Amino acid sequence: MATTLTINGEQKSFDAPADMPLLWVLRDVLGMTGTKFGCGIAQCGACTVHIDGKPVRSCMLPVGAVRDRAVTTIEGIGATPVGAKVQKAWLDVEVVQCGYCQSGQIMSAAALLAATPNPDDSDIDAAMAGNICRCGTYVRIRAAIKQAASGRQS
Amino acid sequence: MTVAHRISDQVSRRSLLTSGLAGGFLLAFHLPARALSVNEPVQPPDETAGKFAPNALIRIDGSGTTTLVMPQVEMGQGVYTSISMILAEELDADFSRVVLEHAPPSDKLYGNPMFGIQATGNSNSIRAWWPHLRMASASARAMLVQAAAQQWQVDPASCTTANSEVMHKDSGRKLSYGELALAASSEAPPKDVPLKDPKDFVLIGKPLKRLDTPDKVNGKAVYGIDAILPNMKFATLKACPVFGGKVAKVDDSAAKKIPGVQKIVVLDDFVAVVGDHMWAAKKGLDALVIDWDEGPNAHLSSNDIWRDLRAASEKDGAVAKTVGDIAKGLATGDRLDAAYELPFLAHATMEPINATVRVTPDLCEIWTGTQVMTRVQSEAAKAAGLPVEKVIVNNHLLGGGFGRKLEADMAVAAVGIAKQLDGPVKVVWTREEDIQHDVYRPVYRDTIAATLSDGKIVGWKYRVSGSSIMARWFPAGFQKGVDIDGVDSAIDMPYDIPNFHVEFVRAEPPAVPTGFWRGVGPNNNVFAIESFMDELAKKAGKDPVDFRRGMLGKNPRLLAVLNLAAEKSGWGQPLPARVGRGVSLQPSFASFIATVVEAEVDEQGEVKLRRVTCVVDTGIAVNPDTVMAQLEGGLIFGLTAALYGEVTIDKGRVQQSNFNDYRMLRIDQVPKIEVHVIKSGEAPGGIGETGVTAGPPALRNAIYAATGVALRRLPIDRSLIAAGKKA
Repeated sequence: MATTLTINGEQKSFDAPADMPLLWVLRDVLGMTGTKFGCGIAQCGACTVHIDGKPVRSCMLPVGAVRDRAVTTIEGIGATPVGAKVQKAWLDVEVVQCGYCQSGQIMSAAALLAATPNPDDSDIDAAMAGNICRCGTYVRIRAAIKQAASGRQS
Repeated sequence: MTVAHRISDQVSRRSLLTSGLAGGFLLAFHLPARALSVNEPVQPPDETAGKFAPNALIRIDGSGTTTLVMPQVEMGQGVYTSISMILAEELDADFSRVVLEHAPPSDKLYGNPMFGIQATGNSNSIRAWWPHLRMASASARAMLVQAAAQQWQVDPASCTTANSEVMHKDSGRKLSYGELALAASSEAPPKDVPLKDPKDFVLIGKPLKRLDTPDKVNGKAVYGIDAILPNMKFATLKACPVFGGKVAKVDDSAAKKIPGVQKIVVLDDFVAVVGDHMWAAKKGLDALVIDWDEGPNAHLSSNDIWRDLRAASEKDGAVAKTVGDIAKGLATGDRLDAAYELPFLAHATMEPINATVRVTPDLCEIWTGTQVMTRVQSEAAKAAGLPVEKVIVNNHLLGGGFGRKLEADMAVAAVGIAKQLDGPVKVVWTREEDIQHDVYRPVYRDTIAATLSDGKIVGWKYRVSGSSIMARWFPAGFQKGVDIDGVDSAIDMPYDIPNFHVEFVRAEPPAVPTGFWRGVGPNNNVFAIESFMDELAKKAGKDPVDFRRGMLGKNPRLLAVLNLAAEKSGWGQPLPARVGRGVSLQPSFASFIATVVEAEVDEQGEVKLRRVTCVVDTGIAVNPDTVMAQLEGGLIFGLTAALYGEVTIDKGRVQQSNFNDYRMLRIDQVPKIEVHVIKSGEAPGGIGETGVTAGPPALRNAIYAATGVALRRLPIDRSLIAAGKKA
C-alpha cells in the first residue's frame, strides 16, 4: 500500500502493508535505524517515537493508524529545543552505556519535558517507567532530566 | 579465570610485537576502515601506506589524525574511551583528535593478552592490556621523537612531547606528529622505552567524556542490528521450543501467501522465514505450522534439574584449594551448615540477537556485534564450508553483551540461512526466541560448612556444584575437575581462615545450554559466601561489619573500603521497623569493593530498595566516571536478578518469553546509588562485572537484617519473607 508520512518534518512515501508496525517501516523500509527494536510487545520502550509530540511505542503502532499525524524520531528530536536540551544533558551527565535503549529513553524524556517543564521525581517515574535500560543507567537518566529541566550546566 | 601460562606466552610475544622486534612495524596491515560515526557497512579496506603505523593499534597520517584500533569491543562498558586514554597518554596524542576503529578479527594482532584469543569479557580489558597499550604507545612516541631529533640534529632526550607535537625547548622548534609521520615510519623502534611516571599522567585518572556516546544520543550509532546492505533481505527464526529438538515437518502454505514473504528456510534444528522486512518475516513465521520432533528432553523440568544438582552436590568434588587441616578445623568450635542455590538466567541484552550475512561461493561476510571476533570467524567458516581467511567479520557497537555475545551461535544460524539465498540477509531474533534459546547462566548449588571459635571462623569447607562453562568454552580453564571460573572468588576469599577447603563438582544440567553471564563465577560465589558470612556473624553474636573486620588482617584494601562504606552508609545508625542494611565485600576481578544496601520489606515480603552505597578500590581508575557508571549500572543489573531473575524449565522448554515475565528493574524502583572511588596507585583492576556481583548478597543481607529471614536462594522468595521463617 502506497503511504506518505511526515517524519521529522519531511514527507516520506513508501509501500507497506497497513498493519505493519511503524517501527519496521522506519527501520527496514526507510533505513532509519535510530529507533530500536527491543521486545515487540510495548514492554521496553526502545522503539519510542513521538506522534504529534506524544510518546508512542512504534513496535505496536500499525503504520496505517498514523495517517496525517507528525512522526518524530530520534534522528529528528534534536531539531526541537527540548530535544536538543535533553541530548545535551544526556552527554553532560554521561548517561549512556551501551546506548541501545537510549533513543527510546530520550524520546520519552523529551515528551515529558515538553509537557511538564519542571518534573518532580514522581513525574519522572511515571513518564520513564516504560523504558527499560539493561545497563542500569536509571540514576543518571533521572539526573539528566533534572538538569535538562533546570538548564543547569554540569 | 586467569590462565597463567597463557599470560606469560602472550606477554613475551606481544612485547616483541609492540616493540617492533618481531617485525610488528613491518607487518603488512590491511585493516578495514570503520569509523564509528559512519553508517556505511561496506567500505574499501584502509591502507597503512603513507601512515606511521608502528604497531597494530596506532596509525598517524600526514594530517596528524591519530587512528586507534580497538582490540576490545565496546558494549557499554566504556572500554573504547579507556583504551584510547591509555594509548593517547603514553603517545602524548591530542585526545580531542583521535579517531577510533573496530579491530578486524585477528588473534595474532588483537588477542586479549589474558585469553590468547580476541575476546572481551571477565572484566579484564584494561587489566590485560594495561602494560601492552602503554608500551605500544611509548614506543611509537619515541620513534616520533627520534624522527624530530634527527631532523633538528639534536639529542632526542632534549625533546618533549604534548598534544601530538614534538618540541625542542632550547630552540623553540616544534613539529606535529602529522609532519613527522613519514619520517617516523623509517625509524627503528627503540629497545628500552621508559613509561610515564603515573604522577605525570594528563589523561589517565581524569573523568573524560566518552568517545562513543555523542552518536548514541542522536540515532547515528550503528549496532550490528542496524547494518544495511544493498538488496538485503530480512529474516527471523524459530528453533524447537524443546532443547535439543528437531524440525519434523513444516506446512508453509499459509506463510507463503503473506505479502513480502520471500522464502522459507527449513534446517535441521530451526525454521526461518525470509522477507522484504522484519514484519513480513515475523508474520510468515507465525503462520507456519511446524511439527517438532521434541527428542529426549520433552519431559524435562526445573524440578528434575534441581533434584539432580542437589544429589550431585552431596558428593565430594575436585579440590580447588586447601589450607591447614579442614577436618580438624570443622571439629573445632560451633558449626553451621548451609546451602545456597542460584537459578538459570537469561542475558536479555537490549539489542536482540542478530547477524547479517552474505555468502557467495568463495566468500562469507558477516556484520554483527560480538565479544568474540575470531570465534565468530572460525565458526562461520565451518558453517559456510569455507576457509577462515574467506570469512570477513565486521564488528559493530554492541547493544549490551553481558556474556551472551561470547557465543557464535547467532552467526552460525545466520550463515545457515544466507547459504540458501543469493544476497545478504539480516537475521534478527524475536525477544521470545532470545529468551527461550539463550545460553544460560547455569544453576549453581553451594554447600558450606564453617566453624566459629572466639567470634572468628576456624574452619571453612565450601563446595561449588554446577556446570563447567570453561570445559566447553575454554578447555584450558577446566583442569583436574576444577573450573577456574567456577571457583573464582571462592578460592581467594578474603578472610583469614586457618583451615580452608574449596571443591568443585561438575554437574551439567541436561539439555540446557550454559554460558557466561555478567559477573561470571564470582556472582555465584560472592552471593553464597557473603550471605553465609551474615549467618555466621549472627551465630557469633556480632555485627556483620565488625565480624568481617576481624578477619581482614591480610587485606588492607578490603578493610579500607569496608570502613568507608560503613561510614558513608550510616552503618549502625537506627532505622525504622522492617528496614535493614546489608553489607557485602568482594575481591573479585582484582577490584576491592564494599557495598551496603538499605531495603524496606513489607509484611507481604515485597522489597523496596532505599539506598545503595558502594566503595571501590580498583587501583588506578583510568576513567573514574566510567568506574562509577559501571558500578551504578552493575548494581542495578545484579539487583534485578536478585529481585526477579529466574528462567524455569517445564516440558523441556523455557517458560519465560519476554520482559512481561522476565522482569527488569525500572526507574521507579531504583534508589539513590552512591559510588565512592578510592584513589590508588595500584595497577588497574576489572570493573564491568563487579557491581553485578556486589548487589545481590548485600540486598539479601538487608532483608535478613530487616526481618530475620535467612534467604538461601535467588531470586528472593517473597512468600518465605511473608511467612517470616527465621533461620
